[in-house]
Amino acid sequence: MSAVGLPAARRTTLGFERLRLLLRSPAFLVGLGIILFWVSCALFGRLLVDPLADDILNSLAPPSAEHWFGTDELGRDMFARVIAGSRDILVVAPLATLLGIALGTALGLVMGFFPGWVDDVLSRIVEAVLALPLLILALLALTALGASNATVVAAIGLSFMPIVARTVRAAVMTERNLDYVAAARLRGESALHLMGFEILPNILPPIVVELTVRLGYAIFTVATLSFLGVGLQPPSPDWGLAISENYALIGGGYWWTVLFDALAIASLVIAVNLVADGLAEVAE
Amino acid sequence: MLGLLLRRLPYAAVTLFILSLLVFAGGQLLPGDVGRAVLGPLADPRAVAALNHQLGADRPALVQYGEWIGRFVRGDMSQSFAFRAPVAPFVGAALWNSLKLGGVAFTLVVPLGILGGIVAALNRGRLLDRAIVLVGLSATVVPEFVSGIVLILVFGIGLKLFPISATPPPGAGAAVQLYYLVLPAIPLVFIVFGYIARMARAGTVEALDSDYARTAVLKGLPRRDVVMRHVLRNALLPTITVVASQTGYLVGGLVVIETLFHYQGIGSLIYTAARGHDFPMLEAGIMTVGVIYVLSTLAADMLLAALNPRIRAGGRA
Repeated sequence: MSAVGLPAARRTTLGFERLRLLLRSPAFLVGLGIILFWVSCALFGRLLVDPLADDILNSLAPPSAEHWFGTDELGRDMFARVIAGSRDILVVAPLATLLGIALGTALGLVMGFFPGWVDDVLSRIVEAVLALPLLILALLALTALGASNATVVAAIGLSFMPIVARTVRAAVMTERNLDYVAAARLRGESALHLMGFEILPNILPPIVVELTVRLGYAIFTVATLSFLGVGLQPPSPDWGLAISENYALIGGGYWWTVLFDALAIASLVIAVNLVADGLAEVAE
Repeated sequence: MLGLLLRRLPYAAVTLFILSLLVFAGGQLLPGDVGRAVLGPLADPRAVAALNHQLGADRPALVQYGEWIGRFVRGDMSQSFAFRAPVAPFVGAALWNSLKLGGVAFTLVVPLGILGGIVAALNRGRLLDRAIVLVGLSATVVPEFVSGIVLILVFGIGLKLFPISATPPPGAGAAVQLYYLVLPAIPLVFIVFGYIARMARAGTVEALDSDYARTAVLKGLPRRDVVMRHVLRNALLPTITVVASQTGYLVGGLVVIETLFHYQGIGSLIYTAARGHDFPMLEAGIMTVGVIYVLSTLAADMLLAALNPRIRAGGRA
């Protein structure tokens, strides 16, 4: 499954081989292209468009040559808001993912490395938390902490911890009894060294796959929490938030105030998952 | 079978016990001052203290937990802050509504997902296979409120085929209720479809590659019989587990769908309680979700054991 135990030169060739396979997959390339598009919108969007400029006399104007995606209730240009709306979610979701992966990896290493009562107790707790849907966990955490960008990162990161830990624990279990760990143990290395410097580098491939998969879920969850009003806060032009603000208007036929944001969210999550899927296939 | 159930039950009980601790900690300890959270930052400190005393929130946490869980297992879910009334009837009514919505979604998605997975596997590597896999992946990862909004725009407002609220007029018959639940069920179908189709496809591919399938082909059985008699029976076992594991997810998805379509189910109950800092209602709603998840996982294990003699005999703990 992984390149462990092969000479360094052979490992590099394998790396190239995998990269070549990835670059031949159209789904992966399309996904990557869409992600790069949104990342550049997040980085440079506000240099080109102003998502907050309002023009109250021109509110709820349908799409036209002047306003490609129409305007919202305050007369703000929807095109500018969709472009600029990519920024906050692309900051918050990756940070939440990294936090969840870091915490989950630490917990999973401990669980996998100390079988017996440590693993038993932690496994029971992980199991109990996993009995709650991710969204409800995050909702509960945000109700307790209050909604802000930092608490959204913390809530999603903490909610990811158990499921990441379960994946990492399984990977550690298969590595723990291999010869290189036994050799290091005989050298007298500490448990911390064994976990961090011997086992961790060898379980990186499943962790990277988990990271891309989690990123997809993080974007999904940030968008959903923002739609529910406990995620990103106004005046952010965030897509999920914009849909929740404009949702009441669609009965009046103002479809452009929500449709483009919805398509933006869909394109970003699908793109991240295409990339995750491509990586997972190559990692196998 | 009974042995397996007896081995599993303690695990389920421990999971629920730990869950109750977490929910209690999250719902009562994290917000700090419950009275303050209910009355708001501007309330008189004396009023806050009085409310805390009235609610029993000024007693030690362990005492509060013992009383809460003791009443919960007897079916008494304490009083709602917002409605000044017992929580249990609200949870019961909401759960029934959610079961109706979830039932419609499951009735649609289970046959569709299994069919999609099998068709993809039988056309492995061809365009149809790739199309089903790609559509399944895309449908699964798009948030429910996004697909829900697009469906409302197209079928509710554009074509005016379906109502945009899931709540039928009072006194509506079963057919009308069903009609109101079709549109809200579709985003849930989208999400679950990908998981089920993926499992059904993987199971079918594995069974098609197996020795017994090859033997059946080589002894001259028509392809139809090979698939119907040998492949599907073995292929669909893992799919059952996925179907059950999606029950837990489904409830999470209901939070969004029920909010979007103004439907009074367990999801919108949890959401409303969370927004309104109605902690007894929130705790009862979340515990209910946890109990449903643990029970459905247990049921899936039992079903799998009943269908697969190897697990039944193997005594896997």
